[in-house]
Amino acid sequence: MENKVLKRVDYIFQESSVVEVIELITKTFKKTPDDIILDVIDSGLRGRGGAGFPTGLKWRFAKNEDSPVKYVICNADEGEPGTFKDREILETVASKVLAGMCICGHSIGAKEGFIYLRGEYNYLLPHLSKVTDDFNNQLKTKNIDFTVYIKSGSGAYICGEESALFESMEGKRGEPRNKPPYPTISGYNAKPTVINNVETLVYAYMICKMGVEKFKELGTKDSRGSKVFSVSGDTPNAGIFELELGMPLKDFVQDFGDGDTKAVQVGGASGHCVPRKHFNETIIGFEGIPTGGSMMIFNSSRSMYNVLHDYLEFFTEESCGQCTPCRVGCQQLLKGIEAVKKGERKPQYLDELKKLSATMKVAAKCGLGQSVANPFNSIIDNFREEIIY
Amino acid sequence: MSNIETLVKTLVEKHGKTRNSLMPVLQGIVKEERFLSEEAMISVACELDLSAAEVYGTASFYTFLDTVPRGKNVVRICKTISCHMKGKDEIIEALENALKVKVGETTSDKKFTLLTANCLGWCHKGPVMLVNDAVYPEITPQKAIEVIEDYVKNTK
Ligand SMILES: Cc1cc2nc3c(=O)[nH]c(=O)nc-3n(C[C@H](O)[C@H](O)[C@H](O)COP(=O)(O)O)c2cc1C
Ligand code: SF4
Ligand code: FES
Repeated sequence: MENKVLKRVDYIFQESSVVEVIELITKTFKKTPDDIILDVIDSGLRGRGGAGFPTGLKWRFAKNEDSPVKYVICNADEGEPGTFKDREILETVASKVLAGMCICGHSIGAKEGFIYLRGEYNYLLPHLSKVTDDFNNQLKTKNIDFTVYIKSGSGAYICGEESALFESMEGKRGEPRNKPPYPTISGYNAKPTVINNVETLVYAYMICKMGVEKFKELGTKDSRGSKVFSVSGDTPNAGIFELELGMPLKDFVQDFGDGDTKAVQVGGASGHCVPRKHFNETIIGFEGIPTGGSMMIFNSSRSMYNVLHDYLEFFTEESCGQCTPCRVGCQQLLKGIEAVKKGERKPQYLDELKKLSATMKVAAKCGLGQSVANPFNSIIDNFREEIIY
Repeated sequence: MSNIETLVKTLVEKHGKTRNSLMPVLQGIVKEERFLSEEAMISVACELDLSAAEVYGTASFYTFLDTVPRGKNVVRICKTISCHMKGKDEIIEALENALKVKVGETTSDKKFTLLTANCLGWCHKGPVMLVNDAVYPEITPQKAIEVIEDYVKNTK
């Protein structure tokens, strides 16, 4: 264990004008695409959208595909309950997101990029379009062949799942595809596609700017760099904070809790609920609980039954309904805990429901159905009493 | 040509005559009309050379692409956990009383439809209300009603 104090930092929200980012892009492009990708791999940057796939490897896979048409997509569908950092990033430092997309495009050989912005963030469109137009025009004057377009979503959480997002951009229902093939081989329009979270793209840009070594100084061995957290719930400090990765949850609760924190839901509705007794040994990062940044804090006045009920309602509504384990499973888990609460079912029924969530984990087609077991089991196991009585 | 056919033609011209334009075209119609009528969907199908069933299939998947009539202003209250804890129930109650409708319904003058939504991405500033595309964070029952009154004044 590294004995280092992890802290709040301030990199991502430092303002950068379009002119500044274009300067950095032209400087970066003096390196070969392979060297840029090597830097990103070496930095240890992993995806900030939740799953944490190594970003440089993803870029290399796409680069290695032999195709005249490739795409870069910025995933700004941000629908995970408790997450709001991508909105803030796009509102304040969009030029850095665009720069990250352009650097990715150059590295993999893509000439077009798309930002898929959730419909709930339509209010951002005028600002974002303006910055994007400005960026595109300045790229042209530098003879850099890359253009960014904006696409809007229409209120479907599942479209944050990468293959559902491609379907949606192709004018179809947002139903996830089978994998493989992975997006780097066959993504949007069945072409090799790199899809990255908004924040991942900014860090890719920052690695080019600050250098690999400086980035690696942040965080821990397994979780390099910093990460933007969205903090909500029972906290006097709700908001958006950039923290080094790998922080013990105990320290986080010390800084953000209200003194009476009972549990923290790490990673949104599809993440894990950590009860007070596990704060000490829980690490926020890839060596512990990876997260897209959603941190919801609950104090002792909250009923964890209500929390779980809310999450299950969310999944029941947002399941695309394509595969049975998820479509029926979500409904049955919800009905199940209601029945136990009302006394229509014995408490032991919860164990049957856990078997169902385990089945969903292996049999559901995409991450939505597969991850329902995370909140379900962690809440049932740690707050069984509250579910029953 | 009906108004809706003209609108569809304009949108298809703007976004291109391909399947990939289906979402922006449908979004464009909803922006003007607040919902997708049967006539609109058939017209889109003709213009993009798709079956009407495919257009309906896509439209019916998305919460924001309504296929039933909506009021001129669509009001959405976030009902997910962080806003739940911050009192979204009181907001909904206040709006139900002020508009004299239940969640899911449209006022008789067709000016407002009241809906709930899942997490809108403002959890640190809950409760949150969306009116069409505009966001109103940190609302109180009182503020919610004032916002609605402004829309009453500005909606013909
Ligand atoms: C149900 C579901 C919803 C998702 N929503 C998002 C999202 O809103 N934003 C996002 O960046 N990734 C989301 N993802 C993850 C994406 O599929 C994908 O892994 C990610 O965009 C890759 O980017 P990254 O490697 O930079 O994290 C979601 C995944 C699932 C299964
Ligand atoms: S797991 Fe759920 S969301 Fe994913 S494909 Fe199956 S039904 Fe759709
Ligand atoms: S929970 Fe309401 S905006 Fe996120």
